[in-house]
Amino acid sequence: MNMDAIQKQLLQEVADLHDIPEGAYNLRANGESVGRQSTANIEIVSKTEGSGIDIHIKPGTKKESVHIPVVLSESGLKETVYNDFFVGDDCDVLIVAGCGIDNCGTQDSEHDGIHRFYVGKNAKIRYVEKHYGSGSGDGKRILNPVTEVYMEEGSTMEMEMVQIKGVDSTERTTIAKLAADAKLVVRERLMTHGEQRASSIYKVELTGDGSSADVVSRSVARDRSYQKLDMCIIGNAACSGHTECDSIIMDEGRILAVPSLEANSVDAALVHEAAIGKIAGDQIIKLMTLGLTEAEAEEQIINGFLK
Amino acid sequence: MLDLKNIAFHAENESGTVQIIRDISLHIDAQKFVVITGPNGGGKSTLAKLIAGIEPLTEGSVIFDGEDITGLSMTDRAKRGIGFAFQQPVRFKGLTVLDLLRIAAGKTITVSEACEYLSEVGLCAKDYIHREVNASLSGGELKRIEIATILARDVKLAIFDEPEAGIDLWSFQNLIRIFEKMRESSSGRSILVISHQERILNIADEIIVLAEGKILKQGPKDTILPEIIGTQYTADVCRKLT
Repeated sequence: MNMDAIQKQLLQEVADLHDIPEGAYNLRANGESVGRQSTANIEIVSKTEGSGIDIHIKPGTKKESVHIPVVLSESGLKETVYNDFFVGDDCDVLIVAGCGIDNCGTQDSEHDGIHRFYVGKNAKIRYVEKHYGSGSGDGKRILNPVTEVYMEEGSTMEMEMVQIKGVDSTERTTIAKLAADAKLVVRERLMTHGEQRASSIYKVELTGDGSSADVVSRSVARDRSYQKLDMCIIGNAACSGHTECDSIIMDEGRILAVPSLEANSVDAALVHEAAIGKIAGDQIIKLMTLGLTEAEAEEQIINGFLK
Repeated sequence: MLDLKNIAFHAENESGTVQIIRDISLHIDAQKFVVITGPNGGGKSTLAKLIAGIEPLTEGSVIFDGEDITGLSMTDRAKRGIGFAFQQPVRFKGLTVLDLLRIAAGKTITVSEACEYLSEVGLCAKDYIHREVNASLSGGELKRIEIATILARDVKLAIFDEPEAGIDLWSFQNLIRIFEKMRESSSGRSILVISHQERILNIADEIIVLAEGKILKQGPKDTILPEIIGTQYTADVCRKLT
């Protein structure tokens, strides 16, 4: 596998990988697949039309993982990639995605990843997606991920979506449709700084009886950055849904939180919460009386909040 | 250990300047257990905050271990060994009890070390160590964690602002035990407690009665306590807590 130091650094940030992962993987660097491995139960194949891969996970596959990180270190590269996951019934697998962009040039770099998950009956997925940007160039680092999740009866999906650093512009859209007794848990953590703009949109449709969704976003907007958090849960059956946006604003940061609920069944139980505020002064004072400086106290509070 | 020299604190409100602390001078020796008591609004909490640097002095100076710390921030005062336990402990979303104890200790302490501090304050460590210091904790639990952060810091001067406020009777018994234990440990540490509680006053070496921003009485417990018992300056534990 041919990767330079910057690419390896990005890989570590987005997938916690120092080297080749165990299990199935597909590593994409600067628009090309630079390494791939399928296993007996997980097959990764290139799409015959367009850019991207299909990941087929055999029914009953348990305790296996798939890593599909993407790194971009070439300024001016723009790509749209479609990755489709076909998860068989009764699986229990970990899927790690994520994209790191290092842009030292003057041209914008952009990766738009469209991930579609077809989750079989009673399958259990844990999905981790991290986005990270670095590089000192004027060119922007842009990520516009789209995640679509189609969950069959009794399936469970836990999604951890993290974007902490360095992405100049992002519009992330997550759409989910849940059949009976399916369960979706989303934990999103977002931090923007500088002049960054981030928009995070969720539309979760609970279509089967007994389905549930818990979508929680914690975010921090620093400097002059802007965030829009738009989280909608639609209940079409006897279901339960909860959405929460909890945000800290600092400096001249701005946040628009738009949690929304739509109940189309009398048995839908839906709740939303949203809170935006600066770091409480007494939290900073408490940590300062423990010996931290004001800046250190702020860092600790934010690190904890986004943990 | 600690010298307050002619300190004053004035605050502004709609009707003008209010003198909260008026010209207080005070000396606290090393390894002493001192309780400040007095009526509400008399300036006790403010005095404690002036020592920790949480509020700025209007006049006077604070000498700690021979050093003039008047101009130092609360961070620098903390680093020199002043600890402060708040009357109403703060909650933090995301920070765990272990995180807070590690910050307090100023180094990466092990989980078992952190657990010892929790056991000291009567919390079953394994149930609490990884919990967030958030709204899921009761007032009494928070209070004990607050005290554990002081134990973890190994300070020279530990200040407790009304430690009994908001805790149940069982926790109060435990609190007395913690203070007695801290008092016995011969590290040269002094303890300054703001309290109305007779049982806390009873384990003091010295008692200071503060009213209207001035020291009304000051002296050894055996002299002061009989003078103030049953007055507005003390509260019987059961009367206050039930």
